[in-house]
Amino acid sequence: SITGACGAIQKLTRVRVVDNSTLGNTPYHRPPKCIHVYNKTGVGKVGDKILLAIKGEKKKALIVGHKMPGPTMTPRFDSNNVVLIEDNGNPIGTRIKTPIPHTLRRREGEFSKVLAIARNFV
Amino acid sequence: RGSSDGKPPKFQPPPKPVIIDRKTQKEERRFLSPEFIPPRGRTDPLKYYIERKDMIQRRKVFNIPEFYVGSVLAVTTADPCASAKSNRFVGICIQRGGKGLGATFVLRNVIEDQGVEICYELYSPRIQAIEVLKLEKRLDENLTYLRDALPEYSTFDVNMKPVPRMDHEEIPVNKLQVRMKPKPWSKRWERPKYNIKGIKFELPEHKMKAAQKWSQPWLEFDMLREYDTSKIEEKIRKELSEQLEK
Repeated sequence: SITGACGAIQKLTRVRVVDNSTLGNTPYHRPPKCIHVYNKTGVGKVGDKILLAIKGEKKKALIVGHKMPGPTMTPRFDSNNVVLIEDNGNPIGTRIKTPIPHTLRRREGEFSKVLAIARNFV
Repeated sequence: RGSSDGKPPKFQPPPKPVIIDRKTQKEERRFLSPEFIPPRGRTDPLKYYIERKDMIQRRKVFNIPEFYVGSVLAVTTADPCASAKSNRFVGICIQRGGKGLGATFVLRNVIEDQGVEICYELYSPRIQAIEVLKLEKRLDENLTYLRDALPEYSTFDVNMKPVPRMDHEEIPVNKLQVRMKPKPWSKRWERPKYNIKGIKFELPEHKMKAAQKWSQPWLEFDMLREYDTSKIEEKIRKELSEQLEK
């Protein structure tokens, strides 16, 4: 990567798609970038929804981990991880191999389907 | 054999060697956790005294083992939103920060090709158990450069068995020299400000020489920066040993 920024996710951050969807895993000459954060502040933390620009398409996604250190006892990942999602909250992929923080479990109602396909929890 | 008249005197066995057991003499070395030592400043020592009392109270209830930066730990925390209500994380301690009750340590591990770091508070009531799987020291006090090193140096098996260790042995220093990923790194570790001995720099000579331009050789002789903790440590050690016996 060119910039080693240690911030949470905002507009124009390059993210890493972690599930096994075709849209996220097929190589493209431009990395997936965030274009909007659905938040009062423009900064997205774990559990926030964002709009991603992948392969010339707009797709919503859920943040599952970022490089910015958060509250103590929460994990800090070495890359900004994101899971592709539909408008109604259904994930597009079928499996998530990378570890997901336990804090997402608190919002079982919205993210139950994403948590169901996750394998590892940290 | 024959009579000993006029012969040299009777054979005297050599004196028995006196064995001085250095190990019992070495018991003087006791480990003092770095968060007990108060930082240099103008705050009232009463504040640190009260904090130390609380820390000792917590240590009486819950055992916080001795560990250093570079040892592999397994921490179980209580988590309401985890299945089975508790959470176990294994990792290498990269750094220990904070003084008093807010003392923290950061554990790092690489799970499924994803590097994860968790900062735990030593005295948090959410921690249920701290287990030292491998007690060792490394060449540096701060291993944050592991983020820019090859991931094999930060991977540790989650089901690793604790390495057995004798009580009186010296703590082993792992003189491992870590190989790095290609530059750019998150910090310029070759600069003398970080004073890192645990990296095998494969940079060309002229780059290493150019990094020495930022060296400040006068810093180690600066008398205003000196902070001699030996007397403070003695007092705290006495206090601790008295309180923990109660």
